[in-house]
Amino acid sequence: MTKLSLNWLRQKLGMNKVLTFTGGIHPDDMKKRTERKKIEDFEPKGELVFPLGQHIGAPAKVCVSVGDRVLAGQKVGEADSFVSANIHSSVSGTVVAIEERPHPSGNKVMSVVIENDGLDEWHPGMKKYTFDEVTPQEIINAVREAGIVGMGGAAFPTHVKLSPPEGKKIKYVIINGAECEPYLTSDHREMLENPDEIIAGLKLTMKLFGLTEGYIAIETNKPDAIKVMTEHANREKDFKIKVVAVKTKYPQGSEKHLIKAVTGLSVPSGKLPMDVGAMVNNIDSCAAIARAVFDGKPLTRRIVTVSGDAVENPKNFRVPIGTSFSQLIEACGGLKKPTSKLIMGGPMMGMALSSADVPVIKGSSALLAFSEEMVPERTEKSCLRCGKCVAGCPMNLLPNMLKEAVCANDLEKLSKLNIMDCIQCGSCTYVCPAEQNPLRYIRTGKTKIREASK
Amino acid sequence: MAIEKLKEKLTVSESPHIRSGQTTQGIMLDVVIALIPALIAGVLIFGYRAAVLAAVCVSASVIFEWLWCKIVKKPSSVGDFSAVVTGLLLALNLPVTMPFWMAIIGALFAIVVVKQFFGGVGHNFMNPALAARAFLLTSWAQPMTTWVAPFSKVSLFGNADAVSMATPLSIIKEGGGELPSYMDMFLGKIGGCVGEVSTLALLLGAIYLLAKRVIDLKIPASYILTTAVMVFVFGGDEGLFSGDVLRHLLSGGLVLAAFFMATDYVTTPYTPKGQIIFGIGCGLLTSIIRLWGGYPEGASYSILLMNVMAPLIDRFTVPKKFGFVYSAKGGKKDA
Repeated sequence: MTKLSLNWLRQKLGMNKVLTFTGGIHPDDMKKRTERKKIEDFEPKGELVFPLGQHIGAPAKVCVSVGDRVLAGQKVGEADSFVSANIHSSVSGTVVAIEERPHPSGNKVMSVVIENDGLDEWHPGMKKYTFDEVTPQEIINAVREAGIVGMGGAAFPTHVKLSPPEGKKIKYVIINGAECEPYLTSDHREMLENPDEIIAGLKLTMKLFGLTEGYIAIETNKPDAIKVMTEHANREKDFKIKVVAVKTKYPQGSEKHLIKAVTGLSVPSGKLPMDVGAMVNNIDSCAAIARAVFDGKPLTRRIVTVSGDAVENPKNFRVPIGTSFSQLIEACGGLKKPTSKLIMGGPMMGMALSSADVPVIKGSSALLAFSEEMVPERTEKSCLRCGKCVAGCPMNLLPNMLKEAVCANDLEKLSKLNIMDCIQCGSCTYVCPAEQNPLRYIRTGKTKIREASK
Repeated sequence: MAIEKLKEKLTVSESPHIRSGQTTQGIMLDVVIALIPALIAGVLIFGYRAAVLAAVCVSASVIFEWLWCKIVKKPSSVGDFSAVVTGLLLALNLPVTMPFWMAIIGALFAIVVVKQFFGGVGHNFMNPALAARAFLLTSWAQPMTTWVAPFSKVSLFGNADAVSMATPLSIIKEGGGELPSYMDMFLGKIGGCVGEVSTLALLLGAIYLLAKRVIDLKIPASYILTTAVMVFVFGGDEGLFSGDVLRHLLSGGLVLAAFFMATDYVTTPYTPKGQIIFGIGCGLLTSIIRLWGGYPEGASYSILLMNVMAPLIDRFTVPKKFGFVYSAKGGKKDA
């Protein structure tokens, strides 16, 4: 309550310029290397691999057979349950295999393999609408048909987000331009180069929920993006689109923390953003909504930042989904240092790859190549009780105590310490001067709790 | 497809993949660097024996740490520099005339009894240097409270023909002498322990620690503010609200204690709210001892007492988790 009224007071006083949450950390953002580099269209060669599981939910079902010729934008995997997403080919070519292939997660996943014929012939695509004629249900159908998911990394199907159950009224639509992970500049470049599509996507979402007010939240380390988006937002007559500057702090782009910063509302523990009437959407996903509705184009491209200290020439690419990461590394002039770690996504929450020969999927915001220096051997030292993990935890948990409780296998204490509220942002591990990894223990603890409750 | 310079075996570890770069060793080294101005001031004011005393305390602490690890067959923790910090803090908390053998016993007490008996770095429940100071004060009260005037010549064996002098705090408490000027107190031209006299030097070090984010202002600010308020309200000769705040802040070990010893990670609360409570507690106890207690100075005892309270403070100041909601009835409820 006090926090809420404080926020109200700040707004009354006009002090709501830079908004944020409590806790969090300030890593070096490392964005200088790619933030001025225009997005380049990438043309893949050879085989493209489309895993049928690229999203949260059930994997898609294959709807082509080996030997078929497919066009760009043609559906190759069909969602067969509500929480799932369609998969489309991003190139024209021939289906050469339907088999298990290595997935960025490290597992082998059933995938459709397509040999690119380089002709880039497009499927006629879906029905195209104009803004005035499209109905809310048609927007949801188009999003579902286009296979749009949250492209920040989690890849949660967007049509599910857009269809809240009866009785849940969405009042705040927030487009997430925080991009708080170091190195990443894909959303930043998208905002600079495609502001119209983002605004169009936001307007569609607002129309869907019957709103006239919407938000675009951008971290203060992207002043040019704030400027461009504000200019475009101010051109809208019928819709009030507010571009809000949020503090440059990790994890500012976390859904719950962005809602907190923009609206002052806290999503209650264990609840969803829709429970406070909010919906957060990724920049690229938002633009994809506009492309699906107005151009009838499914989700087949995404923007990938290729960076890291070992990359010769870091760049931003618009990449057809299914392209192998190794081709992206080569397009950046290869590696300049012996590389011992490849990461899909940001350095805080991204996934370490076991090979470069895995495909770009819908949630791949970046590929980072780190040299040996960035991946030193670490030995855990004694906890100093410095409290940096406690101060840094955006969920206000006690990572040090959680670690102790996991070591003691004390499940009751783990629940008392609210272990399931952890969003696994890694802030505790990042700040620990004793080089401990509380998050590793917390993950173990979460698994134990899940197993115990079975 | 083989990519040049891509290792055949990639490191596949869980996120996060980057670290802040701050390490235990780095933090301890920063504390040592931050204490150097105070040590230099001590040497300038009390002569070269201050430097020798510091060398004795530091090397004794390091040797005891190394020996103990050797004896109990555990990996040596000398490399983390925490013993250097303890030794240096101990030296800065002693009068310049302190006999070396007593200082060595102090180091033994700090490292072996207070720190290693409880499990080494991170496990001690009291600040080792302060506990050793308290131990020495009860064991050898006279050498621990012999103060020499600034710039008097102190020989290596300490029992010099130096001019003895009372500290400003004991003058306030017991009378007998003229109080030095504020400027002399700020620069350190007063009697006292080696490292506590020069507020200027201590503040330089404190700024360094704040800039390097080794410490933050929660504990020092709440400690000093509480002391200031208490002294202002109760410390005056002319009734309430007439205390000489500046004199109290500039004298004794308050600044050294607030920035360098009350901020010791191991023995203070880890919750943000707890740290403020800890600072306020230290301030209350320090001013109570100074104003009404038997000793002229209370900084070290107040921190030691609060050290013991730290785990309890942590228990009662657990932050409310994000998204915590109060139910309509006012009771707490996990949503």
